[in-house]
Amino acid sequence: MNEMIRSLDSKPALSTVGAIDCDLHPASPATAALMPYLDEYWRETFIMRGVDRMSLAMTASPPRSPINVRSDWKAKSGFAGDTLEAVRAQALDPFGTRLAICNVLNGAMIMHSDDMAAALCGAVNEWLAREWLDKEPRLRGSIIVSAQNADLAVAEIEKRVADNRFVQILILAQNDEPLGRRRYWPIYEAAARNRLPVCIHAGGSNRHAPTATGWPSFFVEAYVAQGSIFESQLLSLVAEGVFHKVPDLKVVCAESGFTWLPSFFWRADKTWRGVRAETPWVTEQPSDIVKRHVRFTLQPVEAPLETDALTRTLEHVDCDDILLFSTDYPHAQFEGLNALPAALGETLARKIMIGNPLATYPRIAADFAKEVAK
Amino acid sequence: MSEAQTLERPVEAKAKYNLIDCDIHPSMKTPAEIHPYLSQRWRDHLATYGGHTRQGLSETLSHPRMVPEVSRVDSWPPAGGPPGSDLPFLREQHLDGLGIDLGVLVPLRFNASGQRHPDLAVALAVAINDWQIGKFLEPEPRLRGSIIATQEDPASAVAEINRRASDKRFLQILLPPRSIEPLGKRRHWPIFEAAVSHNLPISMHVGGVGGHQATGAGWPSYYIEEHHSQVQTMEAVIASLIFEGVFEQFPQLKLSFVEGGFSWVPAYGWRMDKAWAAMRDEVPHVKRPPSEYLRENIWFTTQPMEEPNPAKNLTDTLRWIGTDRLMFSTDYPHWDFDDPRYAFKVPLTADEKAAIFAGNAVNFYGLN
Repeated sequence: MNEMIRSLDSKPALSTVGAIDCDLHPASPATAALMPYLDEYWRETFIMRGVDRMSLAMTASPPRSPINVRSDWKAKSGFAGDTLEAVRAQALDPFGTRLAICNVLNGAMIMHSDDMAAALCGAVNEWLAREWLDKEPRLRGSIIVSAQNADLAVAEIEKRVADNRFVQILILAQNDEPLGRRRYWPIYEAAARNRLPVCIHAGGSNRHAPTATGWPSFFVEAYVAQGSIFESQLLSLVAEGVFHKVPDLKVVCAESGFTWLPSFFWRADKTWRGVRAETPWVTEQPSDIVKRHVRFTLQPVEAPLETDALTRTLEHVDCDDILLFSTDYPHAQFEGLNALPAALGETLARKIMIGNPLATYPRIAADFAKEVAK
Repeated sequence: MSEAQTLERPVEAKAKYNLIDCDIHPSMKTPAEIHPYLSQRWRDHLATYGGHTRQGLSETLSHPRMVPEVSRVDSWPPAGGPPGSDLPFLREQHLDGLGIDLGVLVPLRFNASGQRHPDLAVALAVAINDWQIGKFLEPEPRLRGSIIATQEDPASAVAEINRRASDKRFLQILLPPRSIEPLGKRRHWPIFEAAVSHNLPISMHVGGVGGHQATGAGWPSYYIEEHHSQVQTMEAVIASLIFEGVFEQFPQLKLSFVEGGFSWVPAYGWRMDKAWAAMRDEVPHVKRPPSEYLRENIWFTTQPMEEPNPAKNLTDTLRWIGTDRLMFSTDYPHWDFDDPRYAFKVPLTADEKAAIFAGNAVNFYGLN
């Protein structure tokens, strides 16, 4: 991979200046840091039970692993992105980022108790607003919710919508059931009602094996399996008729990769032609539905960049609207500032950096319109 | 992916075979057809209890398929019985009809590896292997068999492999991709050791009941989802084999993945390579980029044929996988059967055709 060998300080092939970064990870807060943002009952019970001293790091995204902490971004703590100064100096200033969406990956989303999960998700969102969004105007937030109880998720969404800096809803890729199932529909209805995309981010509960053949031994193996989980979620959303039921729904797949899309499209379309009598409400081929409703963050770019693989893959995808710029900071997805592979070309890169995010996030588009009006 | 050396190279003399079908499903007129191959003890057991697999329904799948017996309407034998159960009709319609020189049987009945009773699993594996010989391999020289082996019980699997290995009519060991644990885990390694020692490839046909949810996202509602999940299971099996270091330990091991298609292979290799580059210190026993093992040790059968729009996009996929890694298969008599005359919608050179329709299988099975 030549991309890997390039000097860290070299100028990137394509400039990221002015980009909207659709997947940036401030380090997940220590549970103690959430205490001020919990109500009295939860604060007391967490202190009594020692939860405030527990780490809610998720198995699906170990916060110190080399894929989650790029070595040159690593702080003394072993984490990365754990202070606003670090995020400014590493993720915003050098890339010339105009706006970045903070996706906080916290175990709040996978606690078994519906109420505890909801309380913790609410605290993380409040923490994000107070400690990050209030202090840095280039940052935007995702409302994290636990999908397992749709009513509580909707309550959290409705509580946050007044704050325009929250631009989407975030759930994890692996939940109790495939995301198209009806128990999750209230979340999609709330999202569409408030014109908020639903971001499905890599990771999940690990309450069942991440593959149909059982538990992989290694983190690297489980990370690879995430791509398949995204495929399953897209098929579930399509087959259950979610986009038919909620036609205004936009979904963003984050840290999903995207080079698997062509083969996914070919297979899904062919199978649909053969078995469409099973789901008569799916009246278009799956690839057309996905291209209209689903977007994918750019990183990780999974293709050997020294070959024509990415160029050809993009031609196979055949949809310039589908990618949203992301650094996936502080994850180790590229070297230096080379977030945009040269194969994208200037025009598509610009669309991925600005045009596609504006078309996906109405709240960011409204901010831009206001600035232009000034 | 780098241009890695491959285990086998195209052979010159392969005129003996012009068309090899790597996936034919034999069936039984009635389940009682297995009785002559089982002891009274197991006949009684099946009559009383039936099978006992790791799923909810005991006699069928809980995602019903779209046609009876998952089969082509025209494949029901005029003499009666389900598709694939009548050798004269299989001969006439399929082997003679399409000019197939060699057909590899992939028996799916009774699901030996999926049985929870360990002794029943072994009895069924042995019986299905004997049944293949008695019903198909003895009377029809164009057919070859697959050794059914109990993956969850490696010692018994090895014993059965050792027993069948000298019968050259068995070309491969058949294992289900869905199992209790991923195939690469060390408890399965005795099976790989036996395979390599007998120079037998392992074939993984979609299916199996490991007891896990059909997707990493959970149980899907519909067959359209379950159908796709079979591909993802194959991906997980491949990751397991590579990241557990199976190909470092058994560099001569050959596997084929059957009925999963193949267009997903290149991007899956790229995904594994990228993740490995970041986390290789977790798996120091994996010495090379995962895509290199994928390129050297793994073959794919072609059905269900990929149908991109436009069709020419398939040319890139073929180039990335390597046309020396693809083996033609029909999946007869199943509904999504591929006809060798019409399957490929992109032009292939004469050499590529010869390789995909026969030469690669000759190399894979060691038929030369």
